[in-house]
Amino acid sequence: MTPLLSVQGVTKHYGARLGCGNVNFDLWPGEVMGIVGESGSGKSTLLSCLSGQLAPDAGKVVFDTRAEGPRDVLTMSEPERRMLARTDWAFVHQNARDGLRMGVSAGGNVGERLMAVGARNYADIRAQAIDWLGRVEITEDRVDDRPRAFSGGMQQRLQIARNLVTGPRLVFMDEPTGGLDVSVQARLLDLLRGLVREMGLSAVIVTHDLAVVRLLADRLMVMKGGHVVETGLTDQVLDDPQHGYTQLLVSSVLQV
Amino acid sequence: MIRISDVSKSFVLHNQGSAVIPVMEGASLSVAPGECVALVGNSGAGKSTLMRMIYGNYLAGAGLIMVGDVDVARAEPREILTLRREVLGYVSQFLRVVPRVPTLEVVAEPVLAAGGSAEAGEARARELLARLNIPERLWSLSPTTFSGGEQQRVNIARGFAHGFPALLLDEPTASLDATNRAVVLELIAEAKARGAAIIGIFHDAEAREAVCDREIDVSGFTPARAA
Repeated sequence: MTPLLSVQGVTKHYGARLGCGNVNFDLWPGEVMGIVGESGSGKSTLLSCLSGQLAPDAGKVVFDTRAEGPRDVLTMSEPERRMLARTDWAFVHQNARDGLRMGVSAGGNVGERLMAVGARNYADIRAQAIDWLGRVEITEDRVDDRPRAFSGGMQQRLQIARNLVTGPRLVFMDEPTGGLDVSVQARLLDLLRGLVREMGLSAVIVTHDLAVVRLLADRLMVMKGGHVVETGLTDQVLDDPQHGYTQLLVSSVLQV
Repeated sequence: MIRISDVSKSFVLHNQGSAVIPVMEGASLSVAPGECVALVGNSGAGKSTLMRMIYGNYLAGAGLIMVGDVDVARAEPREILTLRREVLGYVSQFLRVVPRVPTLEVVAEPVLAAGGSAEAGEARARELLARLNIPERLWSLSPTTFSGGEQQRVNIARGFAHGFPALLLDEPTASLDATNRAVVLELIAEAKARGAAIIGIFHDAEAREAVCDREIDVSGFTPARAA
């Protein structure tokens, strides 16, 4: 078996300041990897480098493509990378507004991604959009409303539907539950876990919420100051942290 | 099935003056298929620590922890995840679930994770919940709102849902009434009969005598305290 994503020595500087330094890991099919760390630790920079939104200074990001096997995403041509971003990849932004088109109806937001990969039959596209809105618990009568008329939690669920409709194999998520109230968070977690299992998705999730990673992630990577300070099984890193910073992080969580 | 040799462990507390606390030294034991072994020793002797090292959520400092043909002390996370899905089950003292998920799905999940069908998972979950006397009207609700004893029983049902060849039980009979304790002991006896290797922590001496073939005193693995 080959890893779905193999990250080798990814480094990014902003001028003299380090964004992230020499990051290495392999992500296997069906695996969910969590990245935690305080703000400014480089986790979002790393996610942007992995998903082709930011060019790293050094390193390789090798993705196991359906057609041609493992290829370095960073040396692909722009059209190839865009095609990948529309088909096998998905990116769920922290702020749903960054991942949605606010002037287009909910159904249009989901359908647009289908049209980008060649779907042209209007009735099919609409039916698939309604099916996916149902899966993220948005009722059919809201399909023609614009995302602006949705609550924050609904916008986030719409963004997830838009991203997953093309059946991607790898999902990048940046704080998917950030800024939502806890009851909506629980709903999203349940939804994401079900989708990961049913569709066999692999995911890289950046968050600062340790409870979220414990429930969603198989493996965990802890970052500080641009460097990975600890990696391992999620419950091992949380129950028996080895690095001083991880120990501080775990012992700083407030008990409810 | 489970073989541990010369395992040691110490905790290093970086934020508390880098204190090093040795908690285990030279731990060795082995459990054959169909055998149930009880870990005994005073509170703090390291029973749960040893159990967590076998499950892989505590790192072993040194030594060998073989479960089937995987050395948990040295395996890649991916290998441990597969081991936990297929071979090694763990009933902890606390139920940890995604809020809002119905009890029936919580219990069926290990069956699905091990590759079973949705029907097989649901049938097994129904059978176990009924045996453990969880009222059927609660099955469609999330266990997060249940009483302590009910949560404990849901946790046990979940742990026994898939027929794991190796099982770790952390106080499975604590906080249960006599009827339910008898059901749990029955489940353990059935698991032994189908050939599961079991390591358990039981504070309840009667339960221990009923199902365990041997006792291992963990205080023998406690490092001598330097004065």
